[in-house]
Amino acid sequence: MKDISLRMAWRNLWRHGRRTWLTVGAMIFSNTLLVFSISLQFGSYEMMIDNSLQAYSGHLQLQHPRYLDEPKMRYALPDVADSAERLRDELGLTSISARAAGFALASSNERSYGLQIFGVDAKHEPLVSTLPGLIKQGRYLTPGASAEIVIGSVLARNLKVEPGDELSLLGSGFDDSFAAGVVRVVGIFESGIADLDRSVAQINLGYFQDVFAMQRRGHSIVIRASNIDAVEELQTRVATLLSDEKQVALRHWDDLQPGLKQAIQADMASAWFMYIVLIVLVAFSVLNTQLMSVLERTREFGTMMALGLKPSRLARLVILETGMMTGLGLLLGITLGALITWYVSLVGFSYPGMAEMAVKFNLPERMYPAISLISLTLGPGIVAFGSLLAAIYPALRLNRLLPLEAMRAV
Amino acid sequence: MAGFRIHFGTIFILSWRNLWRNHRRTYIMLGAISIGVWAMIFMTALMRGMVDDMLEQGIRNLPGHIQIQHPDFLDDPSVVNSIPEPAGELLVALNQAGAKRWATRIKLPAVIASERESRGINLVGVEPDAEADISGIPAQIGTGRFLTSNQDQGLVIGAKLAQRLETRLGKRVVVMSQDPDNNISERGFRIVGIYRAEMPGLEELNVYAARDTLQKLLKIEGRVSQIIIVGENYRDIDTLYRKVRQSIPASLEIKPWYEIDSYLAAMFNMMDGFVLVWVIIIFLALSFGLVNTLVMAIFERVHEIGLIQALGMRPALIVYQILLESLLLLLIGLGIGNSLAIMTIKPLESGLDISMVAEGMAMMGASSTLYPSLTLYDMVLANTVVVILGILTSILPAWRAAKMDPVQALNTT
Amino acid sequence: MSAIHCHQLCKTFTQGDEVITGLDHVDITIEEGEFVCLSGPSGSGKTTLLNAIGGLDTPDSGEIRMGDIRIDQLNRGSLADMRLHHIGFVFQAYNLIPVLSAQENVEFVMQVQGVAAEKRARKSVEILKEVGLQGMEDRRPAHLSGGQQQRVAVARAIVSQPDLVLADEPTANLDSVAADHLMGLFSELNEHHRITFVIATHDKRVMSYARRLIKMQDGKIISDEAQ
Repeated sequence: MKDISLRMAWRNLWRHGRRTWLTVGAMIFSNTLLVFSISLQFGSYEMMIDNSLQAYSGHLQLQHPRYLDEPKMRYALPDVADSAERLRDELGLTSISARAAGFALASSNERSYGLQIFGVDAKHEPLVSTLPGLIKQGRYLTPGASAEIVIGSVLARNLKVEPGDELSLLGSGFDDSFAAGVVRVVGIFESGIADLDRSVAQINLGYFQDVFAMQRRGHSIVIRASNIDAVEELQTRVATLLSDEKQVALRHWDDLQPGLKQAIQADMASAWFMYIVLIVLVAFSVLNTQLMSVLERTREFGTMMALGLKPSRLARLVILETGMMTGLGLLLGITLGALITWYVSLVGFSYPGMAEMAVKFNLPERMYPAISLISLTLGPGIVAFGSLLAAIYPALRLNRLLPLEAMRAV
Repeated sequence: MAGFRIHFGTIFILSWRNLWRNHRRTYIMLGAISIGVWAMIFMTALMRGMVDDMLEQGIRNLPGHIQIQHPDFLDDPSVVNSIPEPAGELLVALNQAGAKRWATRIKLPAVIASERESRGINLVGVEPDAEADISGIPAQIGTGRFLTSNQDQGLVIGAKLAQRLETRLGKRVVVMSQDPDNNISERGFRIVGIYRAEMPGLEELNVYAARDTLQKLLKIEGRVSQIIIVGENYRDIDTLYRKVRQSIPASLEIKPWYEIDSYLAAMFNMMDGFVLVWVIIIFLALSFGLVNTLVMAIFERVHEIGLIQALGMRPALIVYQILLESLLLLLIGLGIGNSLAIMTIKPLESGLDISMVAEGMAMMGASSTLYPSLTLYDMVLANTVVVILGILTSILPAWRAAKMDPVQALNTT
Repeated sequence: MSAIHCHQLCKTFTQGDEVITGLDHVDITIEEGEFVCLSGPSGSGKTTLLNAIGGLDTPDSGEIRMGDIRIDQLNRGSLADMRLHHIGFVFQAYNLIPVLSAQENVEFVMQVQGVAAEKRARKSVEILKEVGLQGMEDRRPAHLSGGQQQRVAVARAIVSQPDLVLADEPTANLDSVAADHLMGLFSELNEHHRITFVIATHDKRVMSYARRLIKMQDGKIISDEAQ
């Protein structure tokens, strides 16, 4: 290093090696924890959103403007199958599917249960929802067929039916007419999501429209983007296409599943509270160390001031020292954090009680942290920032130094 | 030993004054410890408050601390799996086990239809006078009234459901459900009360009628779906459970709440673990500074320690003195931290409004107001961990100080 | 450098309840190239005068002039600049930065002054050689004797050709041999480089090197003689 100041700063750190290492140690500890925790958070949020949206609601939905708040049969979209087809053409996206929804009482030989029944486009539904892929027994609906139904595993158990058994459906149709039909159970799905498995059934859209006297209407067009990050852009494109349509509303998944985003926000808020506490404690550690380091060298600083160095120069030195220490903590912390997180990303992470919680939030039983540039640098970055801030007080104190007094200090 | 006792006062004074020799450093360390301890207790109180809320909501929604039902009922909540109203030994046991309240209940899936809409619901037949203690619904009535007797003919539905059905107080609705022969029985009810629930989902799902009325409707006179028992404190129902269990006939199944809802049980168990982990993490973050402070303090006093040793103080006493110094630091920090925590939690006890994430909270089973819960257990845990780990952390530097060679120490300037 | 004129300098200190007179209406002029000793017992004011001239301490009243510049009216920043570029200091002890080697200690000030890396490396080696420390450039103060440390301090003080070198009891911690060597060095530098030396001391041997001896007592100059 050509720069003597740099050399001096570095060597000053090691005058009290143990002290420096303890301070850096605090940084490494926090950074490692932060990298791991943030990676874990990001990983699980991603998964939570994906799982929840993939299962059913999709990323965007077109609905009647009043349908979101009042999901009533009569708030329907006209010509829903054609609209979906047109949208597929104009956007060049196949993961768009039309649906209709209603309520019916389903009776098997032994039981009757009320259920939510969805009319789906069996050809495109698998592209917007994972449900068709989660058939555990039997098969999914055949596109265009009538009188076929797939139901959830819990519902099947409660109704005591298996693939091949018949169910009679009783509900009220679009015009408040009597809706009735007899369907054959062709498949049973198991999503792991209690609400779906217990109370949801699917039949072909065409058959639904017949039974419920919908004519060509439906209740939503479900759109799934290629990944969560593409949603915003897709939303803009669809919005532009619909710009003059008054009878259709474009709903973002945030509106469709308000709890999801909020649950994540709440979790983030509480996590960040904890992170900030850690960061503050590290900053205190740095403050302590640097203050001691400055006070110890009062005489030396006095000499330097006598030689013509201004307090700002000395302050620069202290900040430089803090920066080096912080840099060390940053590097080592990120490295250790990355190593540990990478290892866990391979084997997964689980603690007692997690399995039950996971089910509630559509998460798998083991969590896998997701390493990204942000997760590696966000936490340590703020720790570094806090540490440098902590150095301000000791650095400012140097302004008050007078060379003579300082040189005479004990 | 007498020698040691005489020394304690001196050691205390030494430790105390040593603490204040470098008051800046001590203040900073105290600041760090206070904040750490505050965070330990504050965060824990908030979390516990939330979990307690979730548990209480969840348990009130099961409902009950202990449920007795047909062994197949939980899997297949149909009216087919009903049990007789308690009699004989069981009845006696229920009355004498020390429960806060017990009652029978009918519960089954049904369909409710207004003029315009139908919906799937949970139809619940209750003993109205017991409901206040079991599910708390009577207290949540918004308009109208709750059911008044086991024979009440009215229906109580949730506000959200009323909205969905486009109906209101005083109007008639039809309730359809299945009787034991798989026939659909249906009946008209007049809505006599509308309630509001913390969990909006429940408001749409649970509909209440009087037990006997439902028994007649479903042709299951003398039978119920479940016997619900509520104890004084959901955290400790073991005695209650044991007492009732003794008198259960083999044909019935009895389950405590933590076996009924594994999510709740997991939350309950996890909480204590969480507190411990959080406390330890904070302590570890503090420990670096603590050791540093101690080591620095010792380093500055090497000459003095040599002097003390030369004057005859035994190494063990030097260790005690340094440990005492550390302990005093921790105790003061704990005092400040605990006080700060209490001061910041008290104003929040009337509830922290988190309605901006209400739906998110509902997803987790918590309400939109957060009530912190400061428990003695948590405070004692935090303080004990800090003191014990703090002393442990200080032992090494203290011991090394005592092992210093007096001559070398004296030669240090 | 222009001559230094001090006119009616006064300075008092308060220590507890006592008021101590540091300087009592001191008048003095020091010309370029002089080799001056300020002598007197402790408390005589010699260090106070030295510090005033060097801009380390501001007198309560009176003027210090170097050329056109009123040193007593400069602010802290300007005083620091003055010390950096025009004055070299040698103190009794704690002159050096412990973590830097001899060469680095000399180079450090040059870096602050803004001298380029290669030039300052060269000059510092030269100056260390001149003060007799060739071969010891990489030693840290802890590995140098008292005399050697003082010589590094001197090297640092003169490497950037200051107008003035102020030394406060530079030989106090040295044995006679080292003290002699140091003073010899001072004389040589004064002769060869025309650097003005003002040395505060109560060491008789030091005083014997002075060409002008100013005796002080109780803050006043009691004699001022060429020798």
